[in-house]
Amino acid sequence: MIIIIGNGISGVTAARHIRKHSNESITIISAESKYFFSRTALMYVYMGHMRFEHTQPYEPHFWKKNRIELLQDYVEHVDTSEKKVSLKSGNEIRYSKLIIATGSKPNKFGWPGQDSDGVSGLYSKQDLEYIEARSNNIKTAVVVGGGLIGIELAEMFLSRNIHVHFLVRESHFWNSVLPQQDASFIMEHFEKHHGLEMHYSTELDTILADSNDKVTGVKTKDGKEIQCEFVGLTAGVSPNVDFLKSSNIEINRGVLIDEFFETSAEDVYAIGDCAEFRNPVKGRRPVEQVWYTGRIMGETLAKNITGPTSEIMPYTPGHWFNSAKFFDIEYQTYGVVESKLAEGLEEFVYRHEKEDVLLHFVFEKESRKFLGINNFGIRLRHPVFNEWLLNEATIEEVLSNLKTANFDPEFYSKYELEIIDQFNLKFNTTIQLKKAKWWQQLISA
Amino acid sequence: MVATINICISMSVNHSISGSEAQKLSIINKIGIAAFVVGCIGLIELIAAVVLDKQVYKVTQVENHQEYVFGSFGLMLVGIFLFTFKWQKRAFVTDFLKTSNLVQRIGLAVGAAGTGILITAWLGVIFEDPTLFLWMSMVLMASGILIYTYGTYAGHTKGIKNNHVWTNGLSNRGVLGWIAGVALTLFYIQLYWFSDSLEGLVRLFDPLSYLLTDAKASQWFVYGTLYTFLIIFLGIKFIVKYRHNRYQIIRTISVIFFQLVFAYSLPYILEAFNDSPGYFQKDLKNVWPLNYGFSDPNQLKAMSNAGVSGTFFFFWGLILFLVITPVLTYLVGKRWYCSWVCGCGGLAETAGDSFRQLSSKKESSWRIERWVIHSVMIFVVMMTIGALWPYFSGKEYEIGFISVTGGSFYAFCMVLLLGVAVLFLFGARKFKNNVLLFGALVLAILAGVFTYVYLNHSESNKIKEVFHLSKEYYYWLAIPLLAASIFLFWTHRNLKNKTLLIGAIVILAITGVLTYAHFYGTQEIFSLNSKSLKSVYGFIVGAAFAGVIGVGFYPILGNRVWCRFGCPMAGYMGIFQRFKSRFRITTNGAQCISCGNCSTYCEQGIDVRAYAQKGENIVRASCVGCGVCSAVCPRGVLKLENGPEKGRFEPNPLVVTKDGVKLNP
Repeated sequence: MIIIIGNGISGVTAARHIRKHSNESITIISAESKYFFSRTALMYVYMGHMRFEHTQPYEPHFWKKNRIELLQDYVEHVDTSEKKVSLKSGNEIRYSKLIIATGSKPNKFGWPGQDSDGVSGLYSKQDLEYIEARSNNIKTAVVVGGGLIGIELAEMFLSRNIHVHFLVRESHFWNSVLPQQDASFIMEHFEKHHGLEMHYSTELDTILADSNDKVTGVKTKDGKEIQCEFVGLTAGVSPNVDFLKSSNIEINRGVLIDEFFETSAEDVYAIGDCAEFRNPVKGRRPVEQVWYTGRIMGETLAKNITGPTSEIMPYTPGHWFNSAKFFDIEYQTYGVVESKLAEGLEEFVYRHEKEDVLLHFVFEKESRKFLGINNFGIRLRHPVFNEWLLNEATIEEVLSNLKTANFDPEFYSKYELEIIDQFNLKFNTTIQLKKAKWWQQLISA
Repeated sequence: MVATINICISMSVNHSISGSEAQKLSIINKIGIAAFVVGCIGLIELIAAVVLDKQVYKVTQVENHQEYVFGSFGLMLVGIFLFTFKWQKRAFVTDFLKTSNLVQRIGLAVGAAGTGILITAWLGVIFEDPTLFLWMSMVLMASGILIYTYGTYAGHTKGIKNNHVWTNGLSNRGVLGWIAGVALTLFYIQLYWFSDSLEGLVRLFDPLSYLLTDAKASQWFVYGTLYTFLIIFLGIKFIVKYRHNRYQIIRTISVIFFQLVFAYSLPYILEAFNDSPGYFQKDLKNVWPLNYGFSDPNQLKAMSNAGVSGTFFFFWGLILFLVITPVLTYLVGKRWYCSWVCGCGGLAETAGDSFRQLSSKKESSWRIERWVIHSVMIFVVMMTIGALWPYFSGKEYEIGFISVTGGSFYAFCMVLLLGVAVLFLFGARKFKNNVLLFGALVLAILAGVFTYVYLNHSESNKIKEVFHLSKEYYYWLAIPLLAASIFLFWTHRNLKNKTLLIGAIVILAITGVLTYAHFYGTQEIFSLNSKSLKSVYGFIVGAAFAGVIGVGFYPILGNRVWCRFGCPMAGYMGIFQRFKSRFRITTNGAQCISCGNCSTYCEQGIDVRAYAQKGENIVRASCVGCGVCSAVCPRGVLKLENGPEKGRFEPNPLVVTKDGVKLNP
């Protein structure tokens, strides 16, 4: 029996793909929820866009049909020599193979008062239930941490007319990922939202609570005090692996794995947010906490487990891509755009005068090889960019075929001509915009 | 009704975040359900009695029934209140107060004042000065909507704002939704079967009717006016809501235009040119089989008597169905009609926008949908055959279209027909496509028929029968139909395609009916009177399904129930869209995060996410191309587009291969 701990995107992808190639019985254990749901959609439940059941990508009959057993329980101990897991309910289950896909937990950096009543991260369904219950009648909230989940939490509170103080440690939003031009662009968009008060270069010092241990406010490192009734901690996440401390599986920040997701114990694998590569793929971080990488890991592992040993493949995630949304600005990225431009690279930033549209191209100065793009307020085709990255297309090739990559809905304003004009002006080139080729033809060519 | 109650129980009882633990019903809730069911049964019984006793559409004596109708509805309303008693309280009052602003509340109050006048008239009060009250009501309602829209969207950056949709008692199938649903249903039942009970409301609209048509108002005038009013003003609200999305803006302007001009105004103007005593429908955008009246013998006769305009409407109707619909659906998908032109779609997209999330996305609903919509299609074909029965059997009147008296009119039509046919021929070559070729062929045949009509008409006959259907044409129809059926069956054997089999069976059935008509032709089909077949269709499909359930149940089952489960026109276009069209919704590689916004807001109940998360394109017969899935997607994953048929079904999934992750396997 294959046991998968965790029913997030990594674990569920693994289960689905194992079932495609194998008849072995599969059990997914999760304490969080019976059915798989999309974690990324929790904010929409709070804001009333969806009900919780809408976040479940598969109807209940799916699991029965695919013979995937769902067990709502908590794994307390993994015994790798006996090959069994012990559950909170007291039961023990034996496994032939064990996949650890337990995801993350919100970071808490030991701030005084961080466990008071009215403090929470936003990761799990239970977090959302807690926030729902505790933010019901409040007027002000503080959100700590300048990244993606922080801005989601801020948007959630604003939807209920709760005033938000957003503390960002750095001088720019999402400083570790976004180049400064891109961050400033997003920060200008923040300014348009009433009820959102940004505090840049501000670090949390203490969370203040009353005698009942209820949150009353926060104190920052520069001595400022902000009154609030709720504190959201969104300063990143770290692997959720504490339950493995009693086992002999080697862990560092996450469960340590090789490129085949194998842990130090036999027949035990780890994938997704909770895994830490001993030797990360070039250009990648040891712990990858992204929806898409979880999916890729799940599928790769499933194929390795079920396929012949001669076809076993290492984790090869391909070209980087990601996406996010900051209030009303959609963000996509293909390839590599680092927050600081490296030596030997060139960048080109196009920003529309009025509309919230920004494209940030990065390419090699000498070879003109296109390396990556951050696009905001405009949608671009993933398959087309993936193909360009694979074929090492030049920046000229990318720009002149930009129409083919446009993925905005019909009748939207087009920016390609202006982009190319500005590029030509800046770099003294003579790139011509080509007509939109039907994109599939381009890819199969 | 009972089914909807079940759905309601399963969907709405739990208000907490966790979807799994259903709250237990209290005794009060159970009494509410009982009261609701009793009210339903009473009403159904009454309608059935009235409809079965007398001829449909001719119910005039309702005095005795009126109290019964209101009694039943009263019971249903009380039932709903009791049923929703506990768990909706919070969503009903507190949440609204917490999440609305002052401007929104003022807008609602102003709108409610205007609606109040209408409701007063609805309850039977006849105003002494209808002009004043009518305008007051219209102005108040319009400004109420506009003020509310301003309050909701001004001060927010443009973008998707679906906040509180699922906590609002109107849009989450809560108590307000049920009240609205019952009230709308009541209105439709009165409209179709008890129009005398709408006397107060109809008299209120007299001034406007005199202004526009120089006659006093009928219940249909009231209906048309309110319908158009809602499409315009809630259309404006829709445009403001989606002001960041130009596809939505243009599409909504189009829908407003077609409703206001083609459905509401133009028919009155054209009526003035109608020189025949008979009535035929003059909404130029209403296509058979949605407009099933097109094949009604009385309407056909009226057309044949109406000179140039009648001839034009007859041929226009044929071209719409045979040429324009397949060709446009091939080029851009059925959205050209459903989301850009159609009146039912227009109301659904504007007034119904707040309810789009209520459509069921279950796989089982999809199964029901396919059965029901195709049954209605078969029904409408049967009904049309029944209506045309007298011609085929040669037992009754003949109709003739001619009146092509002026050579210039003839020349104009010929240029138009042949011009478009040539255009299609070029298109067929360019896109290498047979649908366009087929369209050109049909147009050429029509031009031939037209010429035949023109050359053979004699000025002296009042009704010139040159183009008529009669017994002698039986073999011309039956033999090709039989051949087509055999051909389809044969292709089905080779291609293993179920749809082809269905097509073969349908065509075979039609041939059988024709044959029966030819040899045993009477007024009856299989001992069913063709007139009563039409009445039954009119009652069950035209009124009960399209009207009462289609619109009355907006707040319960979503805004496209009719379009999804019933509309035969949608079904007809859907077959093209699924098998022969350039339209698809493209999924952007592997960017989907399975959040579910697309599926939630799909009014047609398509589980869009199921395709998107696999990297598959969405090619579905039922998609009306509203574009909202693409609009609400937070990651830029979906795009409605037209492109070569090649590769339409090819997915771009993220696939793990030996050489790493690929997007195109």
